[in-house]
Amino acid sequence: MVEYVPILIFLGVATLFPVATLVIARLLRPSVYNKTKLEAYECGVPPSGEARARYPVRFYIIAVLFVVFDVETIFLFPWAVKFKALGVFGFIEMLVFLGILLVGFAYAWKKGALEWV
Amino acid sequence: MDPDIARVLVESAVKIALFFFILLTVVAYMTLVERRVSAWIQDRQGPNRVGPLGLLQPLADGIKFLFKEEVTPPHVYRPVYLLAPMLIFVPALVTFSVIPIGPALELFGQRVRLQIADVDNGVLVILAFASMGVYGIALAGWSSSNKYSLMGALRSSAQLISYELAMGLSIVGVLMAAGSLRLNDIVQHQIEHGWNLIWQLPGFLIFLTAAFAETNRLPFDLPEAETELVAGYHTEYSGMRFSMFYMAEYANMVTASALAVTLYCGGYHVPGLHLLRLPEPAAALVQVLAFGLKVGFFLFLYVWVRWTLPRFRYDQLMNLGWKVLLPVAVLHILWVSFLVLMNWT
Repeated sequence: MVEYVPILIFLGVATLFPVATLVIARLLRPSVYNKTKLEAYECGVPPSGEARARYPVRFYIIAVLFVVFDVETIFLFPWAVKFKALGVFGFIEMLVFLGILLVGFAYAWKKGALEWV
Repeated sequence: MDPDIARVLVESAVKIALFFFILLTVVAYMTLVERRVSAWIQDRQGPNRVGPLGLLQPLADGIKFLFKEEVTPPHVYRPVYLLAPMLIFVPALVTFSVIPIGPALELFGQRVRLQIADVDNGVLVILAFASMGVYGIALAGWSSSNKYSLMGALRSSAQLISYELAMGLSIVGVLMAAGSLRLNDIVQHQIEHGWNLIWQLPGFLIFLTAAFAETNRLPFDLPEAETELVAGYHTEYSGMRFSMFYMAEYANMVTASALAVTLYCGGYHVPGLHLLRLPEPAAALVQVLAFGLKVGFFLFLYVWVRWTLPRFRYDQLMNLGWKVLLPVAVLHILWVSFLVLMNWT
């Protein structure tokens, strides 16, 4: 695990940099009050209606599909690393695994979950 | 303190300082390169006034950002709004920490690797940090309480997660050939068996397409399609916080390019270099420069594509991701399985 420590240090340095620049910017920049500056930006006209408007359910479907296929990818990673040792047996195993997932994918496709109208 | 730990700490401190400096310089100058190359493609001058050839332009931009007023509108959700730019910027930089920019070499009697951390799960670290960027975008858009921001963030999240699948699946092919998640092993495998680019061309093309989509660059820049969404998820940001989004985009481009080079184009490998019988430090220097050149080519490609292809429609983008790239990526895995079982790579 020791080899991961430099990543953590880098993470710390990478976090300090934006914090430092934001603090410096705060000390240097002007701050002039103006009522219109504080409005939500809608191309210069007064904002109308709810800002958090309702949005299509398709985004949700995409997110659900993503979870399924992302987990699939994660399962493929250890298999791919040990693929040479597993040989033909591992290959057929993965064909079955991918096959089951592709049936689901074909179903989602057929149902129109991937259509974006 | 144990002298061994002290040595490791000093070594990482030097390397982190060096990488941080290089990365930020490349990011800063990429903004200039983008504008100059854009100008060149469009047959105009571009920024050329600040310093010779406009080389001090990034510095001037940085100073200007520091002095720009920052407006935090009262309707935003403050804690998340203030934190979101950092959530994008930090992972964009940290992703670079596992990429080797050169071979290991003998320095002051030590074996030094030209990479911040040589971890055995390098690819996983990259994917983990790369997918953290989506939180920043989603939270920035949501907390801004602005219609454009929210739509931009939604579009962006859906796009990022869709293309992340294709990207992950295309990397599986590389892992099968190399049999390791360590980026040094992947480079070593390419040195011994030829670049992955040759045998895994479909995978490379999928990876490249996904990389363009993951960095929100044209032709996939729908989250900030100016004609529809003003500036997308960062519409309500100004001043230094806005520049965080800007720098994160470029940092992501640099990392994606470096990753494409490492996974598919042999990393720091220069074919036929060993025939020259250079001394080790000279050979290492040539290889680091070669790595830089390869990354530079991909960065140039980003700008080139930007002025070559028009923006996709959103349904075209989703169709490409789910109905083309995903099935092709699965087929590509079968193709690589075949190659590996036949012992061809």
